[in-house]
Amino acid sequence: MKLTARNSAKGYFFISGWIIGFLIFTLIPIIRTFWFSFNRVRFTADGIKESFIGLLNYKNAFLMDVAFTDGLINYAGQMAVFIPVIITFSLIAAILLTKDIKGKGFFRTIFFLPVIITSGPVMKQLIEQNATSLPGISEYFSVQELANEFGLLGNLLGTVLSSFIMILWFCGVQILIFIAAIQKLDQSMYEAASIDGASGWQSFWKLTLPALMPVVGVNVLYTLVTLSGFSLNTIVQKISTDMYDINRGIGYATALSVIYFGVILIILTVFMVFINGRRKKAER
Amino acid sequence: MKKKNIKTVFSKAVIYFLLVLIGFVFLYPILYMVSYSFMDTQDLVNPFVKWIPTKLYTDNYVRACQVLDYFPTLIKTIYVNLIPAVLQTIFTSFTGYGLARFEFRGKKLVMLLILVTFIIPAQVTMIPQFLMYKDLNLIGSLYSYILPAIFSQGLKSSIFILIFYQFFKMLPKSLEEAAQLDGASFMVIFTKIAVPSALPAYIVSFIFSFVWYWNETTLSALYFGNKIKTLTLGLQNFAATYQNVYSMSVTQGGKNLNEAISMAGTLISILPLLIFYFIFQRWFVQSVDKTGITGE
Repeated sequence: MKLTARNSAKGYFFISGWIIGFLIFTLIPIIRTFWFSFNRVRFTADGIKESFIGLLNYKNAFLMDVAFTDGLINYAGQMAVFIPVIITFSLIAAILLTKDIKGKGFFRTIFFLPVIITSGPVMKQLIEQNATSLPGISEYFSVQELANEFGLLGNLLGTVLSSFIMILWFCGVQILIFIAAIQKLDQSMYEAASIDGASGWQSFWKLTLPALMPVVGVNVLYTLVTLSGFSLNTIVQKISTDMYDINRGIGYATALSVIYFGVILIILTVFMVFINGRRKKAER
Repeated sequence: MKKKNIKTVFSKAVIYFLLVLIGFVFLYPILYMVSYSFMDTQDLVNPFVKWIPTKLYTDNYVRACQVLDYFPTLIKTIYVNLIPAVLQTIFTSFTGYGLARFEFRGKKLVMLLILVTFIIPAQVTMIPQFLMYKDLNLIGSLYSYILPAIFSQGLKSSIFILIFYQFFKMLPKSLEEAAQLDGASFMVIFTKIAVPSALPAYIVSFIFSFVWYWNETTLSALYFGNKIKTLTLGLQNFAATYQNVYSMSVTQGGKNLNEAISMAGTLISILPLLIFYFIFQRWFVQSVDKTGITGE
């Protein structure tokens, strides 16, 4: 009894910093963000002044602010396309990199390089120079034409093609996580399958993919969080600028951030439900 | 037998082909930057000069260095990112160790909240945090980065806590238990036994923390204002600063900002990170193996 009490006291000692930090830098700010989002917030000589206006900020965001609603729809569409592309590509790259070949280290070094240098300003410079689309792609396709022809879907396809390199640049960490997971898979399983006459293709779908599903979940989460926080994201930029807008201000910006968080959670839930469904199906 | 040989050679060739292709796609923007940054105005408009500049033209770099105020800014950038990264690494290791080694009430809740914190976008907490720093007069000072780092709430802290949690969980307890029987205090056990054996986790956490702080701009633009200039923020305002620096000299044979100068600026702003990467390359690429994280 005494020992467990001491044990837990030590535990609290080590995590006390986190608990204080969580309260000051996360929980209280979240509560204040919620509160601000129902207010008009003004800077005055003696600090900030709030006046309660109910749901007006939310109403304005959804009904009056076309840039925001369009941005959200665009964001959701991008996530629906980018995340599967990133996950699929990372998985393919990871499988190639776990094959028995020479120069693995060299390729891994190259594939991981973007993680180091991908920041908003660098991306922006590259996009402005058109260096994020595959060489030659823009000569064959025009995003505008695709959008006119196929609507939203064409628009997304165009985005994927024109910023293909940018999308791939977000794959580094995911590739590493997949590689580690593949290396941990039980090899005897594959031997048994190949004795039973399964081809490499079959054992990928029946063995590798189901076993990797939890890791796919981790990678989806990581990708979603990274893309949602990236500083070139239109919503992220909008929240940062609306904060200083005289007509909108802090109250409005916080309402946008609350809505944004809600949308992120919905997207995450959809992906997780899908992955769980796949896993259950595979288990059966 | 022979047929099988041909098949393996063929599949190897396909794998190499794919890897080289993907590798090219990954390197393309960097090659593009290098190639363009050496072009003069004539090369830029010359349709026959596609990849290789006609001569090694370095004036772009001279200008980019001036716009970014390169060497003073570089030193400041290193310092601004190094301190939060070191603090974040030290204090998240505390949290991770506490969670991995001790049982206490509410531990499950803490673990859950750490995961939730990872999902919450910075946009939800940054405005009240900004107001708090403003009240404390900390806007434009490095404390807006240091304070959250000390309390394990820095940039992507959850990931580092999980790295340390996993790593300490993997370490055998026996050494620490033996030390405890010898009467060593828990702080001595932590600093003398746990920390040295978790060195890989410390290195991996530090390098990632450093890189992520370096590349962050949303929070640093908000918290630092105009007071602290980093290379990343400098690159963000590159075009505007260029106008300021060179607007006077246009009459004296100055020239407008062109893509070659932008590319030179981009390249020198990421050059320190590239060097950092090639030094720690192995730690980056094997980080997942070295720390045993696969997220379970």
